[in-house]
Amino acid sequence: MKKLNELKIHELRNMLDNKSISPEEIMRDVVSCIDTSEKNLHAFVKCDKNGLIRSKKPNGPLSGIPIAIKDNMCIEGVETTCSSRILEGFIPPYTATAVQKLIDAGAILVPRANMDEFAMGSSTETSAFGPTRNPHNLEYVPGGSSGGSAVSVAGNEVIASLGSDTGGSIRQPAALCGVVGMKPTYGRVSRYGLIAFASSLDQIGPITKDITDCAILMNVISGYDPSDSTSANVPVPDFMKVLGQSVKGMKIGIPREYFIDGMDKEVSAAIQNAIKILQGQGAEMVDINLPHTEYAVAAYYILATAEASSNLARYDGVQYGHRTKEPASLIDMYFRTREEGFGPEVKRRIILGTYVLSAGYYDAYYLKALKVRTLISKDFSDAFKKVDVILTPTSPTPAFKIGERAEDPLQMYLSDIYTISVNLAGLPAVSLPCGKTKNKLPIGLQLIGKPFDEETIIKVGSAFEEATKE
Amino acid sequence: MNIDYVAKLARLELSGEEKEKYGKQLTDILQYIEKLNKLDTSNIEPTAHAIAMKNVWREDIVKPSLDRDGLQKIMPMMKDGFFKVPPIIEQ
Repeated sequence: MKKLNELKIHELRNMLDNKSISPEEIMRDVVSCIDTSEKNLHAFVKCDKNGLIRSKKPNGPLSGIPIAIKDNMCIEGVETTCSSRILEGFIPPYTATAVQKLIDAGAILVPRANMDEFAMGSSTETSAFGPTRNPHNLEYVPGGSSGGSAVSVAGNEVIASLGSDTGGSIRQPAALCGVVGMKPTYGRVSRYGLIAFASSLDQIGPITKDITDCAILMNVISGYDPSDSTSANVPVPDFMKVLGQSVKGMKIGIPREYFIDGMDKEVSAAIQNAIKILQGQGAEMVDINLPHTEYAVAAYYILATAEASSNLARYDGVQYGHRTKEPASLIDMYFRTREEGFGPEVKRRIILGTYVLSAGYYDAYYLKALKVRTLISKDFSDAFKKVDVILTPTSPTPAFKIGERAEDPLQMYLSDIYTISVNLAGLPAVSLPCGKTKNKLPIGLQLIGKPFDEETIIKVGSAFEEATKE
Repeated sequence: MNIDYVAKLARLELSGEEKEKYGKQLTDILQYIEKLNKLDTSNIEPTAHAIAMKNVWREDIVKPSLDRDGLQKIMPMMKDGFFKVPPIIEQ
């Protein structure tokens, strides 16, 4: 029999509701798994079992369910660091809206899932507190930046988690760890209390063991929030309603530009197999073009670093977080605080972002990238005139070895080649497991939807999951 | 890229080793970014936000702020309820 920590939210909900188990029994199995696995996986920056936030609501949809929270979402009274030395010891005075919604739904919060420092990375190796390891093979990265969130779920240390996605940071680790990860439409989930990396791209989303759990968490965390001026005031559907619905006659776009030479052969074969499975369910595949795909990574690394250099200017040692010892002057305090507090990847991106915004370069880089962003968005809106959903791989390769790309930032950036455009266009997308390599490393399938149409990608994901159930 | 100048703008005190390493890596990245120049964008409007929104207003109603005494716990240095920093103007 499976242990309770290995089960899904909807399975545990049924067992809790018919009183065949108690929340204490779930916690016992979860804590026992964390005790044995955590020294190998390092999914958490710090997992203080006394620091678990137990909601007082007994009858919520998430009552009794332990959920991990990425270390960049503020929880009042709980240290939150973005896996950075510069925020070490920072105790937020308020709670992020998405996290508060989990508490209001009855969840037990398990802070703080490890991440790339300030969510800058695709492998969780840039965390100031050490890398997280892939549960399918400890020599391999889990992807990133929400590596801790993905691993805590894949390793059964929790039942589900929240991550954040700026260029693929939920979907890519979900793919590399064999779990389900959704980046909702920009504005669907409040960013209030999410520590900013690139504000026009960041979005909170769920990482779960299946698409049903994804829909359950989307129902809880979605919705307009007046505390986030970019939150969208649009109705939230019941995402559970589309589960199990037929995809017969649905048009699924396959973008030619995504099937390039650099794609791993086993990834390619798994995606072709997924296409066949969905065809078998009655969906129609349509060849489409997203002609500006090859420019997405370049545009992204201008825009994301520009926004980051501005957002991270607040870490100056004045108001909170790290301050250097005995600064000689105010300016000396700024320079030394930031030099001591930030790790290499964050510094690289701050420098790049500062450069592309600096006098004389703004038009050539930043403005140019904003215009390319328009072209990339238009590629998608044109494609969605012909299709209901777009299917791609989540990542061009399965997980790579720890250390393999750490010294080559450009190679690392290209890990996100299939996920980045979605953030630039603000669209929803989900990554689902679609097989494994010979070496037993998971492969992910990405489904991209129209703005605020998470329902359709959940519907297709549910049909795919049903057809591939073991 | 003049890395000394940019690091100064970014208020980062980099070591010589860091400057050399990042300088080389950033040169590679900038070279890659050059590919954007292949695109003619002269008649294209820029997109700063994917989901069009403007002038997000709210009612001008006074609400309680975060508790000032509580905030002092997270301040690196404080005096009489204010942030304390090194001298800004030399004497």
